[in-house]
Amino acid sequence: MDLARTEVEPRAEAEPPASRRPRPRTRPRTGSAARLALMALPVAFFGLFFAYPVAAITARGLRIDGVWRFGRIGDVLAQSDIRHVLWFTTWQALASTALTLLIALPGAYVFARFDFRGKQVLRAVVTVPFVLPTVVVGTAFLALLGRGGLLDELWGVRLDTTVWAILLAHVFFNYAVVVRTVGGLWSQLDPRQEEAARVLGASRFAAWRRVTLPALGPAVAAAALMVFLFTFTSFGVVQILGGPTFSTLEVEIYRQTSEIFDLSTAAVLTLVQFVAVGAILAVHAWTVRRRETALRLVDASVTARRPRGAGQWALLAGVLATIAVLLVLPLAVLVERSLDAPGFGYYKALTSDEGGIFLVPPIEAIGNSLQYALAATAIALLIGGLAAAALTRRDAGRLVRGFDALLMLPLGVSAVTVGFGFLIALDKPPLDLRSTWILVPLAQALVGVPFVVRTMLPVLRAVDGRLREAAAVLGASPWRVWREVDLPMVRRALLIAAGFAFAVSLGEFGATVFIARPDNPTLPVAVARLLGRAGDLNYGQAMALSTILMMVCAVALLVLERLRTDRTGEF
Amino acid sequence: MSTTGKFTAVVAVTGLGLAALTACGSSDSGDEGSGSKTVTLVSHDSFAYTKAVLKDFEKESGYKVKVLKDGDAGTAVNKAILTKDNPQGDVFFGVDNTLLSRALDNGLFQSYEAKGSDLILPQYRVDQDKHRVTPIDSGDICVNYDKAYFDKRKLAPPTSFDDLIKPEYKNLLVTENASTSSPGLGFLLGTAAKYGDDGWQDYWKKLKSNGVKVVDGWEQAYNVEFSGSAGGKKAKGDRPLVVSYASSPPAEVIYADPKPKTAPTGVADGTCFRQVEYAGLLSNAKNTKGGKALIDFLITKKFQDDMPLNMFVYPVREVAQVPPEFTKFGPAVENPETLDPAKIADNRDEWVKSWTSLVLK
Repeated sequence: MDLARTEVEPRAEAEPPASRRPRPRTRPRTGSAARLALMALPVAFFGLFFAYPVAAITARGLRIDGVWRFGRIGDVLAQSDIRHVLWFTTWQALASTALTLLIALPGAYVFARFDFRGKQVLRAVVTVPFVLPTVVVGTAFLALLGRGGLLDELWGVRLDTTVWAILLAHVFFNYAVVVRTVGGLWSQLDPRQEEAARVLGASRFAAWRRVTLPALGPAVAAAALMVFLFTFTSFGVVQILGGPTFSTLEVEIYRQTSEIFDLSTAAVLTLVQFVAVGAILAVHAWTVRRRETALRLVDASVTARRPRGAGQWALLAGVLATIAVLLVLPLAVLVERSLDAPGFGYYKALTSDEGGIFLVPPIEAIGNSLQYALAATAIALLIGGLAAAALTRRDAGRLVRGFDALLMLPLGVSAVTVGFGFLIALDKPPLDLRSTWILVPLAQALVGVPFVVRTMLPVLRAVDGRLREAAAVLGASPWRVWREVDLPMVRRALLIAAGFAFAVSLGEFGATVFIARPDNPTLPVAVARLLGRAGDLNYGQAMALSTILMMVCAVALLVLERLRTDRTGEF
Repeated sequence: MSTTGKFTAVVAVTGLGLAALTACGSSDSGDEGSGSKTVTLVSHDSFAYTKAVLKDFEKESGYKVKVLKDGDAGTAVNKAILTKDNPQGDVFFGVDNTLLSRALDNGLFQSYEAKGSDLILPQYRVDQDKHRVTPIDSGDICVNYDKAYFDKRKLAPPTSFDDLIKPEYKNLLVTENASTSSPGLGFLLGTAAKYGDDGWQDYWKKLKSNGVKVVDGWEQAYNVEFSGSAGGKKAKGDRPLVVSYASSPPAEVIYADPKPKTAPTGVADGTCFRQVEYAGLLSNAKNTKGGKALIDFLITKKFQDDMPLNMFVYPVREVAQVPPEFTKFGPAVENPETLDPAKIADNRDEWVKSWTSLVLK
């Protein structure tokens, strides 16, 4: 789903090798009481702001005149239009995933094994698309591939009504997922194992196939599944680049709810997506667990070296060229278009409310977005932090693992469903939040939480439990134990989690577009509205706002790149 | 709310849980709730007015008007229906005849016969026994043509639905997706009115083989694909025929600088479908008194006179003035296609579905 652009899956490769991990230990019974206490707030949060609204809107569609109509499921799935949507959703996701792997795997190798000047900055650059709102990405690709776009001007080539625009935009988006997930592990694989195989007579290819590939396989699978999840639930990109003919499940849910008002069809599609996403997440969790088994990992800094020989230099050059054309060019076109008026005209226009689209000048969207994102980050850190703390405890049984999966679900449930669910479920006391500003940060925090959990969990698990026990034995209160033992160790991870939660919230579009009030638009909502309006000035302002948003994300990422620790690896 | 306020509230909400939520919610609804001095109008993004006119109403009535523009026309109606038990405002303006039945069947509005509704032209009146909605404006959805294109080729522009399927107009027309755009839906209903239940699908098959192009919304069709509009010229649009409104040609003149002597575009007046927009008092409105006053205001001569140049629609009140630019640069559409709202209600969804399979897939 759109909201969830950022799940980055750092769990396995971020976790210390099995041998270094503290052994599972049985805890006294007080442990489970404490865990329940930690879980209470996250469970309440997800119950109230995720499960309840989603159930409410789904029920609205399937319960007609007080009777459940599950027969609708069969009816809807029997329609040829709907089956067409399901088919397109699946094959474009498969094609996008394959294309992303094809293009990004060499990149993963280069980032893992080569050392070159500017690598850190470049790593941040390739991640920028990942945290950009889909609206901005759609806009960038339109400026590149659409009518009057760069390719159109140069060679008269237009791709905006073809499926290629969608596929390329998906590669643009998810390049970082592969580079970070696969590259992260690759850089920690001991190259000496492959060398040993070669000494024993294996060819270069055979050595790679029998030693490195099996070790990498689960990471590749996990990355592929995440890319599949994101492209399967793609919304903004398809909405902008797809025209009336291409529609994914997520876009169809939006159309059925918002335009055709066929709530029961929307509800059925929501359930279908729910099942599909559940399956994807289950397979993903399984590959992650497989990855945790017995790999001998080394410090990433010792595996990378300067490229040697023509072949390696050519590979590096090829990857850099790909990044330049596929990732940097669309963003550059965006910036260029935003400057296409004399004297920063489009930027200046942002401060005027003459356009009348909003009740406020578009520039105020920046302030709104920052405030919402800060609030959402605070909520995500609190909820995600508590959840991670609860999950850290190793006596976790099936219940806790279920809780873990629950936290991931918002990544794959239609943002539109969540948005509409908020509108109809949170409208009565004691939960009358609809007219309050907090609604937007709550929706945004939903997608920030999985990220916080994924970042915090490996680091928290790496903290030796004996330290905590020692402190407790010496008379420290639980709060003090956390402050003196855990906090210093996880502070950095906490900052990184906060940075990403912030970036996701800033870019969230699908749910925000439904619940943001017209007098309080966020940046992505303002961009979408401006794009939907006629006239040069509106288009230019959309480009200018997108550029500003991109800059904010880029700065946040560069800061995070500095904060990266060696041991926690990715993010 | 200030940033500090927000932060305090975040801490309160997440830290204290439900109790804080309750407090938060009730304090906010207290502000606007029964606050009888504020009346809230929910509408779509295209709602526009002259600020001074609304100020006059506020001064005379003593109500403060809050306007909530809630997405494009269809989305705004759907959101209003979804939230009808606890609506976001008191009055909804902007449901048109193509979606009216959806609003009425879902019980969006309560009865109120507006003061002055006897001055509304009879052809616009509907729902006369219950008075749940009041007509506010009308407009005609028609094919527009690029005059320069047809002049240059010495080709007569099309004038009717039948013309559009002739070979000389092959690959010239762009229209909107009937399931996502209100002019797109209007054009579909126009063909259904003209050719009947059995004939319209045939007509669209011919239109499709004659190269009609479908895009998602009016903005894209008119301002990007259409070669006759100011926006379309800039975007190098290459379709000289577009589904738009009868009031689009005057708009091309009024917004041009310098203003041309004649409109650069014309209207094929045998391709029109009449659209009427209504307002109604929301079923669970908190400020019904203010809502009633606001509806009365929407059909006063003052507002009806102000409307045309803001929203490019025609007034529905007998004595209201149609701006001279409208008659000078655009035609008065004589015999637009119309459909009985009940007929639209019965068939709309089915038609849109068949249309989608027929034209888009």
